[in-house]
Amino acid sequence: MKVKTPSKLEKVLAAGHFAVTSECGPPRGSDPEVVIEKANLIKDHVDVVNITDNQTSVTRMCSLAACIRLKLMGVEPVLQMVTRDRNRIALQSDILGAASFDINNILCLSGDHQSFGDCAQGQNVHDIDSMQLIQTVRHMRDEGKFLGGDDIKRPPEMFVGAAANPFADPFEIRVPRLAKKIAAGVEFIQTQCIYNLDKFEEWMKLVRERGLHEKVYILAGMTPMKSAGMARYMKNRVPGMDVPEELVKRLAGVPKKEQAQEGINICIESIQRLKEVEGVRGFHVMAIEWEEKVPEIVESTGLYPRPEVD
Amino acid sequence: MRLQYPTNIQIIRVPCTGKIDVIHVLRAFEKGADGVYAVGCMEGDCHFNSGNFRARKRIAQAKKILDTIGIGGERAQMYNLSSSEGPLFAQIASEMDEKIRKMGPNPIKLAKKKAA
Amino acid sequence: MIVADKKPIEEIIEEIKDKRKLLVLGCNECVTVCEAGGKKEVGILASALRMYFLKEGAEVKIDERTLQRQCDLEYLEEIRDVADQYDAIVSLACGVGVQFTAERYLSTPVYPGVNTCFLGANEDRGLWTERCQACGACILARTGGICPVSRCAKRVLNGPCGGSTSGKCEISKDTICAWQLIIERLKALDKLDEYEILSPIKDWSTDRAGGPRKVEREDVQQ
Repeated sequence: MKVKTPSKLEKVLAAGHFAVTSECGPPRGSDPEVVIEKANLIKDHVDVVNITDNQTSVTRMCSLAACIRLKLMGVEPVLQMVTRDRNRIALQSDILGAASFDINNILCLSGDHQSFGDCAQGQNVHDIDSMQLIQTVRHMRDEGKFLGGDDIKRPPEMFVGAAANPFADPFEIRVPRLAKKIAAGVEFIQTQCIYNLDKFEEWMKLVRERGLHEKVYILAGMTPMKSAGMARYMKNRVPGMDVPEELVKRLAGVPKKEQAQEGINICIESIQRLKEVEGVRGFHVMAIEWEEKVPEIVESTGLYPRPEVD
Repeated sequence: MRLQYPTNIQIIRVPCTGKIDVIHVLRAFEKGADGVYAVGCMEGDCHFNSGNFRARKRIAQAKKILDTIGIGGERAQMYNLSSSEGPLFAQIASEMDEKIRKMGPNPIKLAKKKAA
Repeated sequence: MIVADKKPIEEIIEEIKDKRKLLVLGCNECVTVCEAGGKKEVGILASALRMYFLKEGAEVKIDERTLQRQCDLEYLEEIRDVADQYDAIVSLACGVGVQFTAERYLSTPVYPGVNTCFLGANEDRGLWTERCQACGACILARTGGICPVSRCAKRVLNGPCGGSTSGKCEISKDTICAWQLIIERLKALDKLDEYEILSPIKDWSTDRAGGPRKVEREDVQQ
């Protein structure tokens, strides 16, 4: 696939390397040090760092400002943007704002429903959906035009990503849905956390059958479990998450203080297995509030050092 | 059987307790009744399948309204018994009579008297 | 139909407790069908209010009336002679009826007696569910006859989102995922291939976003 943007992530992928991405949740306050500290823990072990956009609808420092912090410290950010909180004016405006700081990656999402967060009584916007946000960014970049049709002076140069959940229902629509996102213009995919490796491999097989793995870079989402309790919570409470019972049992089978290490081991084993799956082009390691473990995971899976690209 | 029960109870016959609506209960209180109770067939034995269940829900609704306007929801009750339970009928009547006497008269009746 | 729900009586009392002549005004259409503001509910509310005021020692006259429709001028005219005799009207019609009554009778305050909820259907006894948000540009032809605007919590036009689990929406296990329904329906119609057609960005100017709307039809005007 030809490189179309100055994005480091795109260059790493185009050069045929496994990409490694991670993410940071901005703080619930205005202290920039929190972002900087988190980024420092992982910056040498990943290519780019996603900054979440008010994840689970809990109000936090805005993704754009946190992305700018990363950019200023020389770390390449992925701007996550949800369609829940902004209409098409605000979305386009924030995209231009990000582009003005040469933020070259964007992840287009619809966002969790606001009822999960701290403003359950608030309105949601959903002027456009995540699929249409992909189209919007591509239109702004490739046509150099606003949705309204006017020209953009210095259009954004963004490598456009989206999420995919191979485990959400209905399963039969999961691959057609990816095809639809590709048709909308998505260039890279970061998947939902993968714990059910068999089901993920089944999904990848269907992806390959349609040749979709050659049209989009798929990064497998990985989140190490900290404990059997977390595994059980993810299994039962988090929408769209598929955690097999064996995994919960394996974690519960070791003493409590060793469960965290067991979680890391499972994550490492999973990455090693998925590296062999055709069409998996990298890993999105989301160690939620556990960023210090990212280097260990990356190093143990042979993904370190990160390649140099220009 | 010649069972005794309080004479201050006025019986209004309906074909089925399912015929009783919230408004009937409220109107009774408006007219000065101190208490209203519906006596339906045993649950599961309704000739019209669900009449007594409906009555229970409507009594519950009336209770809520009576509580809201300060009349007291306890003044409305739902009972179930079968037609062969004469002694129980008398017992319920006494029980209700006692309960309402403890609560005192319907405050509306007092207000009406004061106004007159 | 327009689905409404009863307003708590205490809320209504709070609004009208200083009034001495009241008209409780019902509507014979949607709110009668959804058992929130028809003749029967007018009777219950009026009775409850009468008892409340009696108990408070206040002499208040409360009349009951139910019009065929409160959203039509000719029916609203039926209370022309009496409307100004009241200190207030409690309208059990939907928000449309409350406003239309207020617009016709400027000197009498009109208070809402129901909460107007949505455009919906009577799914079962005592159960009404939303079906339409009146966006003004119907897309049902493209979505298997199931509306994602009103039935998807994120009104996603290219769904389902990642939160759809076992056919249920992420907001609640009691909420069916609209996109699950759309997909099932497309399958039943043997039109699943249409799922991959991208739904374009919607023009919301015909929705609430475009400001107060009107439908003007010269062919039926006088």
